[in-house]
Amino acid sequence: MANSAAIRSLPGRARAAEAAPVKSNPRLRLEAGRLLPWLLPTLVIVGWQAAASLGLVSTRFMPAPLDVAAAGWRLALTGELFENLWVSFARAASGFLIGGGIGLFFGLANGLSRLSERLTDTSLQMVRNVPHLSLIPLVILWFGIDEEAKLFLVALGVFFPIYANTLHGIRSVDPQLIEMGRVYGMNRRELFWRVVLPGALPSIFVGVRYALGIMWLTLIVAETISANSGLGYMAMQAREFMLVDVVVLAILIYALLGKIADSLTRALERACLSWNPAYRNT
Amino acid sequence: MQEETETSESKKMTAALRLPETHDRGLAIHVRGLSKSFENGPSVIRGLDLTIPAGQFVAVVGRSGCGKSTLLRLILGLEEPSAGRIALNGSEQTKRIMFQEPRLLPWARVADNVAVGLSRDIGKADRKARALDVLREVGLSEKAGQWPATLSGGQRQRVALARALVSRPALLALDEPLGALDALTRIEMQAMIERIWEAQGFTAILVTHDVGEAVAMADRILVIEEGAIALDVDVDVPRPRRRGDPALAELEGRILDRLLRNGA
Repeated sequence: MANSAAIRSLPGRARAAEAAPVKSNPRLRLEAGRLLPWLLPTLVIVGWQAAASLGLVSTRFMPAPLDVAAAGWRLALTGELFENLWVSFARAASGFLIGGGIGLFFGLANGLSRLSERLTDTSLQMVRNVPHLSLIPLVILWFGIDEEAKLFLVALGVFFPIYANTLHGIRSVDPQLIEMGRVYGMNRRELFWRVVLPGALPSIFVGVRYALGIMWLTLIVAETISANSGLGYMAMQAREFMLVDVVVLAILIYALLGKIADSLTRALERACLSWNPAYRNT
Repeated sequence: MQEETETSESKKMTAALRLPETHDRGLAIHVRGLSKSFENGPSVIRGLDLTIPAGQFVAVVGRSGCGKSTLLRLILGLEEPSAGRIALNGSEQTKRIMFQEPRLLPWARVADNVAVGLSRDIGKADRKARALDVLREVGLSEKAGQWPATLSGGQRQRVALARALVSRPALLALDEPLGALDALTRIEMQAMIERIWEAQGFTAILVTHDVGEAVAMADRILVIEEGAIALDVDVDVPRPRRRGDPALAELEGRILDRLLRNGA
């Protein structure tokens, strides 16, 4: 309940709410409840700023939040920040769509057809046990540092969680419901759209959320090692010139992007799974 | 066959709510020499003969594993017989089953769940109207827009009943549909099913463990033992039947004696 609303309220608003003492006004209490998840991050930032201002930590290694904000502003003005952000986002999204699409396809195919499963599942499980990031040297040899390398790694990373969870979701659809559908005259297509897919959807969403985490991780690693644009590249460049504020800025942006992706998935879950009491009020 | 249809017609003269077009709605069922055995197993049904006239309410009782559910599934065509044949005669052929569990689609609202029971070539507006009609009949019209998860167990089973009835079936098979309900809800549901059966005139086959339920609802009771009919009795007590009627109690005692004697 709290997260989706709070994502829009940035730390500035949270600080204002803290300053105003919460009395018995129910609206204020609701507002406070929504801001509660952001209390800890705000406190960390305030403490960090204080420590930096008092000289407790060396800003050479850990810049103050205000310096990071200034770096962000500087890069935003030159357009560098948004350009890199956009490049990274486009890579993440297209890699996710490709890998997720293939994962969904194989998950559905293997969940619905014994033949398909016997043909492909063993091979897929073998590939799954290879850490996909260990392929980076090979991928650099194949694709150099072009876009394909990043797309390939992200797609490979998101493929498995979506594949495994889709397969699991289809397997765990209540067989009694499938029998009911048959007895009530549904053909295979109707059974799929009205019984099997909705029944597998909660599990598919679990796969999507796992995949989103892996998507960012893979992209950052790939961009840090082999790229000439993107957030990871921006951070690596900054390291070369000891611009530690930009490095920290990049890390904070990752945190925020991850949170946004997760919140979007939750909103989608709430919209698609509103029939399920477990999702109705989360 | 013709004769049987007529006797069942006269039997149901009490059905005051029956609409003209619901005449001859029920399916007549003829079973000859029916046997069923599953792979490598013993026979579950052994050479069973049975005639159910159109519109009759038949209760099938027996101990667990006697083959009564298999018989029901065979009549519905959910299982293939190993030997023998089953003929269903009637102007309409729609068969519907109500399971022990409601088996509602959790992701479809109540009205959409009911509409699952309708034929696919009915238009959207008509589907909705017919679903609402039958929901009113089971007393749940105000729940039409809700998710099944928000309903009580008894309400869910009423939605399942509405789904079975919405296509106006000629045969309604009830596979212990009230077994999981509490006693009061069960009695209400029995009355509701009986009332709708009287109004619509379909053939009803109720498989149940509960002999009291069988004598309260059925025209005729079949006791199945080891895959064959061990007892076939008509229930002559007129409707509406009163709970605790001595004639019903006497019959219930007789059937229970038979079931227990065989088990001992």
